[in-house]
Amino acid sequence: MVPEQDKGSVGANPKISVRHLDFYYGGKQALSNVQLDIPAREITALIGPSGCGKTTFLRCLNRMNDMIDGVRVEGEVLLDGVNIYAPGTDVVDLRRRVGLVFQKPNPFPQSIYDNVAFGPRVLGMNRQGDLDALVEKSLRQAALWDQVKDNLQHPALDLSLGEQQRLCIARTLAVQPEVILMDEPCSALDPIATLKIEEVMQQLKEEYTIVIVTHNMQQAARVSDQTGFFWLGELVEFDVTGRIFTRPRCDLTEAYVTGRVG
Amino acid sequence: MTQTRSTFDRELAGIQDHILQMGSMLEHAIRRSIEALRNQDTDLARRIVADDQKVNDLRYVIEEDCMALIATQQPVAGDLRRIIASMHIAIEMERMADHAEGIAHLVIRMAGEPLLKPLIDIPRMAEVACEVLQSNLDAYVVGDASAATAAAGRDAEIDHLYDQVFRELLTFMIQDPHTVNRATFLLWVAHNLERIGDRLVNFSERVVFMTTGQLRELDGSWSKDEPPG
Repeated sequence: MVPEQDKGSVGANPKISVRHLDFYYGGKQALSNVQLDIPAREITALIGPSGCGKTTFLRCLNRMNDMIDGVRVEGEVLLDGVNIYAPGTDVVDLRRRVGLVFQKPNPFPQSIYDNVAFGPRVLGMNRQGDLDALVEKSLRQAALWDQVKDNLQHPALDLSLGEQQRLCIARTLAVQPEVILMDEPCSALDPIATLKIEEVMQQLKEEYTIVIVTHNMQQAARVSDQTGFFWLGELVEFDVTGRIFTRPRCDLTEAYVTGRVG
Repeated sequence: MTQTRSTFDRELAGIQDHILQMGSMLEHAIRRSIEALRNQDTDLARRIVADDQKVNDLRYVIEEDCMALIATQQPVAGDLRRIIASMHIAIEMERMADHAEGIAHLVIRMAGEPLLKPLIDIPRMAEVACEVLQSNLDAYVVGDASAATAAAGRDAEIDHLYDQVFRELLTFMIQDPHTVNRATFLLWVAHNLERIGDRLVNFSERVVFMTTGQLRELDGSWSKDEPPG
């Protein structure tokens, strides 16, 4: 097994530090003593079989699980050193700082422009010039501006699935987050649309910290700087991606990434 | 736990079978080259030269199988290392077979001239090489880095024998310049075997890499009992 002290850290400068995190759905424990440092402005991939806890873990990072009845969280998640589970935490602001892109593209049934402007408007941005600039910047960052700049008032649902997912990324970027969580963002997309999202991720990591849950191990290998492997609610191994996919320390990781178990 | 990947395992086993087949052909080539030398059998030497093409062909089969497996299955971790190691080992064995073919060419060139001296150390070099080859093949199959490291350590025996051959032949040449031609041919034979020994060390290094993920040179000075660090 991987030594405990080496399990969840690959270097300095963590944006998020997870300490002794346990998570329960009612009486069922879904995460056990997860410890992990997520480096700033890098891409961290979480892999593991269905039901291993990786999505539950991802949703712990911006308290999305709070919306589910009967859940219980123990331990700490430190965002820039501050525990997001501390009493008095502004959860709305937390979710602005830590955005989430879902598995299936979920644009609002509105125009392309209004989708991206939605968050900033809720946060009080009303000046048209500011909104226009932010919408353009967000769409450019999501590599969608060139395709939609002449059709900003068209319905978002008219876009292809891949474009809709990049619109959702632009919508997340528009509220100027620090961390972007992605829950299998390419699972509904074709290979070309997937590659475009991956290119966007590479651009975004210069400014943002990205955490992605993926079932596609080749995607984890292609895009991420470090990879965490979850199994039965535990973080089995966390290391730089090149190492996880060439010479993992743990036999269970080796068995999983080579397809022997899963 | 779900057990998967039967197709992949079958294709990986196919590559391993080809490596073992190639190893068998290589051992045969080394042993027959010494037999041809000992008996000054130019017919056998010509067959060794012709048979080298089969080894070359098998090398390309292994390389293509490895490339296809990488392209279609995207192997990682131990699987990826085994495939990469297999490609390197196939290349090393193909070059070793070229050295055996080189000995066969020397037999043909030496035809008609009696051997300068009874062959003692040269067959011994070939014997050690064949033993190391077998140890490496066994270590490759079971993924035993310690065994591969120990096998690499035996290169020192081959080097020592080469040194003895060199000194002895040098003595012949100094004592009687008329022996220079025949002594030089034998020296080239020994040199081919010495190069086979060096490539066997490369083979061992690839098994260590495949098993442990460590890319490092084995300098041939390891003791048999010393585990890889």
